[in-house]
Amino acid sequence: MSSESAVDGVGEDSAAINAAGDSGEEPPLRVENLRKEFGGITAVDGASFEVADGSLTGLIGPNGAGKSTTFNCITGVQEPTGGAVYFNGSDIAGRAPNAIVNRGLVRTFQIARELAEMTVLENLMLAPQRQQGEALYRSVLPPFRDGVIEEETELREAVWESLEFFEIDHLAEEQAGNLSGGQRKLLELARALMTDPDMLLLDEPFAGVNPTLEAKLLDRINQLRAEEGLTFLLVEHDMDIIMEHCDPVIVMHQGHVLAEGRPGEIRNNERVVDAYFGEQR
Amino acid sequence: MSSDQFQTGRLTQFRELLERSDAALVLTAMAAFYLLFLGIGAILNYDVAGLISILGQVTFFTAVYALIVLALNLHWGYAGLFNIGIAGFMAVGVYTMAMLTAPPTGSPPGLGLPVAVGIVGGMLAAALVGLVTALPALRLRADYLAIVTVAISEIIRLTYNSPAFSTFTLPGGIALGTGGASGIGTVPSNPVQAIYYVDPSSAASGTTPIGAAIFGFFEAVFGVVRSAVIVDLTYGLVLAVVVFLVYTLLARVGNSPFGRVLKAIREDEVVAKSLGKDTNRFKIKTFMLGCALMGLAGVLWQGFGTGAVYPQAFRPELTFYIFIAVIIGGAGSNTGSVLGGAVFANLLFLLPQYLPNIIEQTFSIQADPNNFIAAVGPIAAGEIAPLLGYILNQRLPALRFVFVGVLLVYLMQNRPEGLLGHRTETAAAVNLSEGHTAAEQTGSDLTAPEGGVDDE
Ligand SMILES: Nc1ncnc2c1ncn2[C@@H]1O[C@H](COP(=O)(O)OP(=O)(O)OP(=O)(O)O)[C@@H](O)[C@H]1O
Ligand SMILES: [Mg+2]
Repeated sequence: MSSESAVDGVGEDSAAINAAGDSGEEPPLRVENLRKEFGGITAVDGASFEVADGSLTGLIGPNGAGKSTTFNCITGVQEPTGGAVYFNGSDIAGRAPNAIVNRGLVRTFQIARELAEMTVLENLMLAPQRQQGEALYRSVLPPFRDGVIEEETELREAVWESLEFFEIDHLAEEQAGNLSGGQRKLLELARALMTDPDMLLLDEPFAGVNPTLEAKLLDRINQLRAEEGLTFLLVEHDMDIIMEHCDPVIVMHQGHVLAEGRPGEIRNNERVVDAYFGEQR
Repeated sequence: MSSDQFQTGRLTQFRELLERSDAALVLTAMAAFYLLFLGIGAILNYDVAGLISILGQVTFFTAVYALIVLALNLHWGYAGLFNIGIAGFMAVGVYTMAMLTAPPTGSPPGLGLPVAVGIVGGMLAAALVGLVTALPALRLRADYLAIVTVAISEIIRLTYNSPAFSTFTLPGGIALGTGGASGIGTVPSNPVQAIYYVDPSSAASGTTPIGAAIFGFFEAVFGVVRSAVIVDLTYGLVLAVVVFLVYTLLARVGNSPFGRVLKAIREDEVVAKSLGKDTNRFKIKTFMLGCALMGLAGVLWQGFGTGAVYPQAFRPELTFYIFIAVIIGGAGSNTGSVLGGAVFANLLFLLPQYLPNIIEQTFSIQADPNNFIAAVGPIAAGEIAPLLGYILNQRLPALRFVFVGVLLVYLMQNRPEGLLGHRTETAAAVNLSEGHTAAEQTGSDLTAPEGGVDDE
């Protein structure tokens, strides 16, 4: 359900904003004229934006604006119909999702995709990249097996720390399919972080998460930005979170970028108010 | 404590043992099957040689089914790879072994290589055919693999069946052959014969010292026993060891980061990819390993087990049997696979072969009508024997399918996850639960639990 109050000439506008935001240094993520069509539906219609290094950038827009589809195209889950996606300078559009994660760009899904018949522990143990034991011969042959066991022991430690942080350690042995909706979102975020990424695309990660924990997770995100230089792109419908934590904010509408700027600017942007906030009230 | 209480105490103890120890579970099941078939042998008035022979059969079929079900469980239970071309991969294994080892002077001619080369070659060939099958299919949706494997399996069987390859000459002038519809009769003899006979291919060549000792032992204890029966039993036991080794291998695969990725692929391949796993590589490796094991099962079963290789042994129903067995045991569990293989081999494969004789013997049914009308007609007159006779004598293979059907219906209604499919075998090389205390001791700097969420 999208608003009918689309304005012509938006593409030029957003291009202008992008040009203005260019500092000359290559940002971790740059999306250029991204398009995705499903049969007759154009879900993403020439979206262009950048995400600056170490930022917590918000991506907002009405339902069906194309936010999740943009994520899918960036992370290789869906192949874009057109356009380019640069991650740390190289074009990753159309690459396999695993290759993109290997480069350090990981995402979470809007509807949590826990591995239902694996335990919470197994879900997290899966995530770390380049595990020795992922080579069949190392997992099986005695001379290598010791190294695998050693690595597993280390990973196990990290996994438990993560579970405790996300306050789902009491569910560690539970099948992930038995978790509540909010717990699944937590599991998904914890799992994405276990891949040790440079950048995370989070699709409504706080949906169904209680406010105390939500605040704690936002703190953690800010800590990871400050201490490890991670970059976050966050899809969120909760305007309080967007206004308080995200900077800049990108607004999508009908598949393209309607506006981009500081939270205050966005709130006062007439088009955005028409297309999005207008709808919300 | 009354002896009754004592008995129930023992019983619960035993049940707990079975739940805790997979070895106890499998051994108990096997003991039950051995007893069952000894009982059948007794009913049919078998002599000692007959009884040893029946034990040999139970061991052999249990082992070969367990082996192949383990291989399918790796494909289907672990990675969700729907391979319905099992018979074809077995055929590639055993045919390759036979063609590599058959004497060059034989008909059809082979390469005359040592048996070990044949076994390894058979496994490699099956793995390679698996690779060729999987490469194009795995990139597509999951169901394509099913279609491709069933097609490949039939193509393989028809190729071996075709007169075109009955004998042919390789570019170097080396003659080879599949024997066409009549297959290859010159499969090397069962390797355990080397333990017993001076010339492994001929029982008449005289016995080795070990052979003499073992035959002597059986002669002393049971009177004269045919040596072939003892050789067969030995072969069954060797196969049991092979099953144990393959089980150990697959348990390692399962309890490892590799197995964890397979589990993830089965659950949600997109997620596995979105966590950086190159799922195609995992699937291809797994598919090849499973196919190699299927090739091995083919060699040990149809090759050394029956002594001749012919295309009709690899009809699609063989694949169907293996799937039934994996469903009975519970997909995803290696111990379940061994149990499922044992249940299928004994209750659904062997038992129907003996059942008609037993029923005929106990109820002394003589009637043997040769058509359905003649069988059903007398029921009006209260005569049930013709129908029984008809079922027993004319419809023996159908009887097996009836059993399979009944068992499947029962399982679907009462235990859809199979005997051990409810089990969750954690995919990790270490005990993951243990990490908790360790993490608490080191005191994570990230954690600031609000309290009350600790486990007990
Ligand atoms: N697989 C698909 N096939 C067909 N149409 C699709 C598919 N995925 C998304 N769409 C369509 O694309 C448009 C954008 O969907 P998308 O999920 O990207 O929206 P969104 O901005 O994430 O919305 P929300 O805020 O509700 O999550 C919608 O009109 C949707 O119906
Ligand atoms: Mg969405």
